[in-house]
Amino acid sequence: MSTTLEALINRPYEYGFVTDIESDAIPKGLSEDVIRLISKKKNEPDWLLEFRLNAYRHWLTMTEPVWANVSHAKIDYQDIIYYSAPKPKKKLASMDEVDPELLRTFEKLGVPMHERKMLANVAVDVIFDSVSVTTTYKEKLAEVGIIFCSFSEAVQHHPELVKQYLGSVVPSADNFFAALNSAVFTDGSFCYIPKNTRCPMDLSTYFRINNAESGQFERTLIIAEEGSHVSYLEGCTAPRFDTNQLHAAVVELVVLDNAEIKYSTVQNWYAGDENGVGGIYNFVTKRGLCKGVNSKISWTQVETGSAITWKYPSCVLLGDNSIGEFYSVALTNHHQQADTGTKMIHIGKNTRSRIVSKGISAGQSNNSYRGLVKISAKADGARNYSQCDSMLIGSACGAHTFPYIEVMNSTAKVEHEASTSRIGEDQMFYFASRGIGGEEAVSMIINGFCKEVFNHLPMEFAVEATKLLGLKLEGSVG
Amino acid sequence: MISSNSKVILEVRNLSASVAGIEILKGINLTVRSGEVHAIMGPNGSGKSTFSKVLAGHPGYTVTGGEVLFEGQNLLELPPEERARNGVFLAFQYPIEIPGVSNSAFLRLTYNTQQAHRGGEELDPLEFNDFIQEKCKIVEMDPSFLDRSVNEGFSGGEKKRNEILQMAVLDPRLAILDETDSGLDIDALRIVASGVNKLMTPDNAVIMVTHYQRLLNYITPDFVHVMRRGRIIKTGGKELALELETRGYDWLDDEHQKAASV
Repeated sequence: MSTTLEALINRPYEYGFVTDIESDAIPKGLSEDVIRLISKKKNEPDWLLEFRLNAYRHWLTMTEPVWANVSHAKIDYQDIIYYSAPKPKKKLASMDEVDPELLRTFEKLGVPMHERKMLANVAVDVIFDSVSVTTTYKEKLAEVGIIFCSFSEAVQHHPELVKQYLGSVVPSADNFFAALNSAVFTDGSFCYIPKNTRCPMDLSTYFRINNAESGQFERTLIIAEEGSHVSYLEGCTAPRFDTNQLHAAVVELVVLDNAEIKYSTVQNWYAGDENGVGGIYNFVTKRGLCKGVNSKISWTQVETGSAITWKYPSCVLLGDNSIGEFYSVALTNHHQQADTGTKMIHIGKNTRSRIVSKGISAGQSNNSYRGLVKISAKADGARNYSQCDSMLIGSACGAHTFPYIEVMNSTAKVEHEASTSRIGEDQMFYFASRGIGGEEAVSMIINGFCKEVFNHLPMEFAVEATKLLGLKLEGSVG
Repeated sequence: MISSNSKVILEVRNLSASVAGIEILKGINLTVRSGEVHAIMGPNGSGKSTFSKVLAGHPGYTVTGGEVLFEGQNLLELPPEERARNGVFLAFQYPIEIPGVSNSAFLRLTYNTQQAHRGGEELDPLEFNDFIQEKCKIVEMDPSFLDRSVNEGFSGGEKKRNEILQMAVLDPRLAILDETDSGLDIDALRIVASGVNKLMTPDNAVIMVTHYQRLLNYITPDFVHVMRRGRIIKTGGKELALELETRGYDWLDDEHQKAASV
């Protein structure tokens, strides 16, 4: 039985291909000159160059964090290409002008960019390496005053908004990787939802790393004005490479009075081969600020890829009665390492947070939940509920839970529950004795285990997530 | 129920099996024909449950000798899921809980897998709903159980009823009920037994593994077999169960040894 399980979870990465497109890259290495060059290539205003340089100078004084429950060879930051853009770079008037090779790549990945996606009522801002290739639906969104564009475009067309909010949630000196990102980010997504506007569709960005040995440093900024609502989807896949690729993104969310951002991620970057060679290092800083009263941020993530994941989507609950949620599925296999979780910082009165984390470990992987619940002195009546469940497949993997709880207010109520289970022979036999074979049984058990999280994904994404877990652990889902 | 032209469903010949190197079954012989109900009784540790798990193909047991024919086919060479699809059903003594998987989704998957194997028609969720509502009546199960996770938070009696509901859905040729009566109060026992009786036809057969005679008050066996130390040491009619109830098992042991030494 255990050999069947092993066979099921050891499927090769489906998206391991490299697209052959000429890249416009600057040489390897990082210096003030490189940063000035990036800023110049992107035709940026001086204040942004200053932002980058300040971040860089601070970064030079920092050291890589070592507290995460992961291990990897030392990263040589001078051996990374910090900017690459696919050629040709001229503005494209329509989808027909997009490089056919690129379109085929999206096709293979199943990026539903054309009519299919339009019918599904989803706008896509496709990031290919570092530059946005095309943005759809922008005009339709503009009718209701929503801005959804690449970060570079936002810098050119809405500099006042970018200047006001950039670094307001994740300061450039926040941590080592956030500082690095602030210095060298090349593109990303920008989204602005005006007052009392409900975004008429889910906004979706498809990230993809393509250029071998190029780091990717996206920057995402989403602002939800008073009384607005938006659901944002982020999905990632990457092709197979032998050398590790560093990915250090920063995502900032700002939510004002009575507004809500729902941010969903499905991540399936190349995780390295079965011996742990290659794969993406995913060191991401994601943080949302519930600035206004009754504001809400809900993070939902399905993490299945990357060699190493270091990621803690967090909520700072500043406004009274604001709500933070974190729903997570993290799956590791082979030699993958994940150290992921969340931080819920309660500052306002009657703030509430809910954490539901599901970790699945297979192979020789290591899966850690790390979460902080902090109730500050002024957060009267704050409440938190955390639930961390781990599932083990096989006997060579590890599951760990590191909950940190800091409570400075006696009226607060904090609950933490945790469980560990294993897909065992008896469970598999129960399915088998009903005629259900190994693949479908594992799939059903895993999907049942993750149901509470999947329920928070938009329908289309939930289907994708189910498929991804299926791919990672077995074949198809029944 | 037994007619002269009933077919042999199961033929067990000199079956022996071990777990972790320890031999548990030491040469079992048993023939089950269509329309028959067989009760297998015996004290703790006699190998009753092992026998039922070996028939269903539990991977934890190693067959060390003998053969098992199911409708003429070598059962032992099939993986457990194929045995199930071919019509062997095991009702578990301790049914497994499957959090997050709704009972109806699980039942529909098992049903459709079975149908695909038999070349029958698969049902979509709506059609299946009509189908399963009828089946629920067999075990007097409230349809609200269909929306709950499989066996999660079910009482002992509810789990056993759920096993019989699965049997009703899969319509097996051979149902093996492993201690289905254990942990049941008298009402639940009546419901479960009545469910099994409703599912009996001249074309299928039941093997009941049980400690106690009381289940046999509700489901009348055609044969009662007594297992002891990995062997069937005595076979009789339903009256044998009553005798066991009053005399226990030890006298059989003596009798068996005497017979063996003669």
